[in-house]
Amino acid sequence: MIDPLSVFLLLLSASTPILFAALGELVVERAGVLNLGVEGMMITGALSGFAVAHATGNPFAGFLGAAVAGAAISLLFAALTQAFLANQVASGLSLTLFGLGMAAMFGKPLEGVKAPPMPAGPFGINWIVWLGLLAVPAIWWFLTRSRPGLVLRGVGENHDAAHALGYDVRLTRLAAIAFGGAMAGIGGAFISIATVLQWTEGMTAGAGWIALAIVVFSNWTAVGVLAGAWLFGGVTVLQLRLQAAGVNVPVQLLSMAPYLATIIVLVLISGRQKYSRRAGAAAPGSLGRNFHALR
Amino acid sequence: MIQFVPRTDASGPWQIATPILAVLATMLTGGLLFALLGHDPVAAIRTIFWDPLFGMAASYSRPQLLVKAAPLILIASGLAVGFRAGVWNIGAEGQYIIGGLCGAGVALALYPLDAFWIFPAMVVAGLAGGWAWGMIPALLRNWFGASEILVSLMLVYVAQRVAAWMAFGPMKNPEGFGFPGSRNLQQYPSASNPELFANTGAHWGVFAALAAVIATWVLMSRHIRGFHIRAAGTAPRAARFAGVRPQVLVAFCLGLSGALAGAAGLFEVAGPAGQVTDKLGTGYGFTAIIVAFLGRLHPVGILLAGLLLALTYIGGELAQLTMQLPAASVQVFQGMLLFFLLGFDILTRFRIVRRVRA
Repeated sequence: MIDPLSVFLLLLSASTPILFAALGELVVERAGVLNLGVEGMMITGALSGFAVAHATGNPFAGFLGAAVAGAAISLLFAALTQAFLANQVASGLSLTLFGLGMAAMFGKPLEGVKAPPMPAGPFGINWIVWLGLLAVPAIWWFLTRSRPGLVLRGVGENHDAAHALGYDVRLTRLAAIAFGGAMAGIGGAFISIATVLQWTEGMTAGAGWIALAIVVFSNWTAVGVLAGAWLFGGVTVLQLRLQAAGVNVPVQLLSMAPYLATIIVLVLISGRQKYSRRAGAAAPGSLGRNFHALR
Repeated sequence: MIQFVPRTDASGPWQIATPILAVLATMLTGGLLFALLGHDPVAAIRTIFWDPLFGMAASYSRPQLLVKAAPLILIASGLAVGFRAGVWNIGAEGQYIIGGLCGAGVALALYPLDAFWIFPAMVVAGLAGGWAWGMIPALLRNWFGASEILVSLMLVYVAQRVAAWMAFGPMKNPEGFGFPGSRNLQQYPSASNPELFANTGAHWGVFAALAAVIATWVLMSRHIRGFHIRAAGTAPRAARFAGVRPQVLVAFCLGLSGALAGAAGLFEVAGPAGQVTDKLGTGYGFTAIIVAFLGRLHPVGILLAGLLLALTYIGGELAQLTMQLPAASVQVFQGMLLFFLLGFDILTRFRIVRRVRA
């Protein structure tokens, strides 16, 4: 029998990596930057978080290390797009390729090592899961109710106007990118430290790309991100349950489910945004465009 | 104060100089990284970039250059056409896998029939498979406005699982003693893609790659569709006023790059790889993105960039054998190359002016 509570707990756990990464990317995109390097930042976090947790024996130190490492590697993207005005799509891709390569290279000695045990939080739910759930209202509040959030959205909506008002477009974006990197790092570390409990090459397996799709799904809102992450977590849990139940479908086909679900959801939401009567899609106005001020 | 002033046209000399600068910077930084890992940096760089061509084992590794460069060039020339139009096909890896599976499927279905038309039929199937896989994101973008970047990338993961399913299921070799993987096509003469001239590494894919370079050059510089593509990429609104239909371009670009990637997959499965396994995709589809950018999205540049990145593959393998460098160092190298290229690119698009504050 399937116990609904245990399924929900599994769902929470399966959705947490995506939730962190997508919340981070939400803030980045709200600042008008499209960072396709989420996958690269997640794998960086997964590796460095695991390495720190293993070295210190403290999983929480690992998450801190993952946040720092994710933010650090995101600064490469920030340098390319904010200082050198490089194309954001290409720069994000290169961050992903570079991150995957670096992690594979430095992760070799950690293969086969076990993660330190993680103390259970309130109600037996992992502390980091709680942190992710708390981050949803916090980011909602920041984006819609706080002054810095308003500036950030202004920068993302129309960077020329924000610049004319005297706000520092590049600095705002730099901060957003670093925050996105830290969040992606924590999300990646959750996979290695709290779920899989070891390091394997390429272990994020497209989670970063799914996070990007969930930001579109969310209509660029924090609550939407939570819904998207839970939807994805639900599909993952369902797929694993079906595998465990020995359904007569090849494992390889079942494991496509999260990716196919992401495509279907993306199509439905994009279609709604495209054909919706309300004028103006929810995407930030300056998304993906670089800012260059001539003084 | 240093200021960047935008150029009206991209600087010609810098367009050629920046890829070279990027390669040099990558060598330098890569050397530094190897030194940090406790290897001799000079020896590592020489092993990767020099020894495969002129070193002790060059007679073995030189033919490998064409074997690795062919798929990269074939895929990248298709991708570059799309990138010029602002159509971001990031999922060439998936199209490569599906093309390979379709081509191999034709051969495995006909086994052990012996006929001259089998290999051409496989090529057609490879092209068609890659085209069809590329049309999925194209149609979803045209009909629903779904991002082709995300859809094409998700389809890579789907394609990888299709390949695994095929290798363990429908395409498994019935005489393979239960091991996963299909029959070896190298031992099936009608379906194999052999080395055509001894010790050159040149198989049919190499000629297809050259043909793709020439064809995309003609397309981009001599054909009205190429003009439309360039117009749509640089000034989408102006292009629409000139009668360019963006939906047609999206379908054309994703279809073309998908078909070429599919063909690359087929030549690989029938040739160097030999069989369908769950590791059919080896990352050529992603590396080809770097090739396209390093080659400045120009067919001739792509030819040279493909050869260079093929060299890093072979040199990386050599360095792994002789110096115990980690296998992933090639991937790091390739990622770094793209970083530096994108960074240096500011020199082609902006003039750097020094201005003294009054």
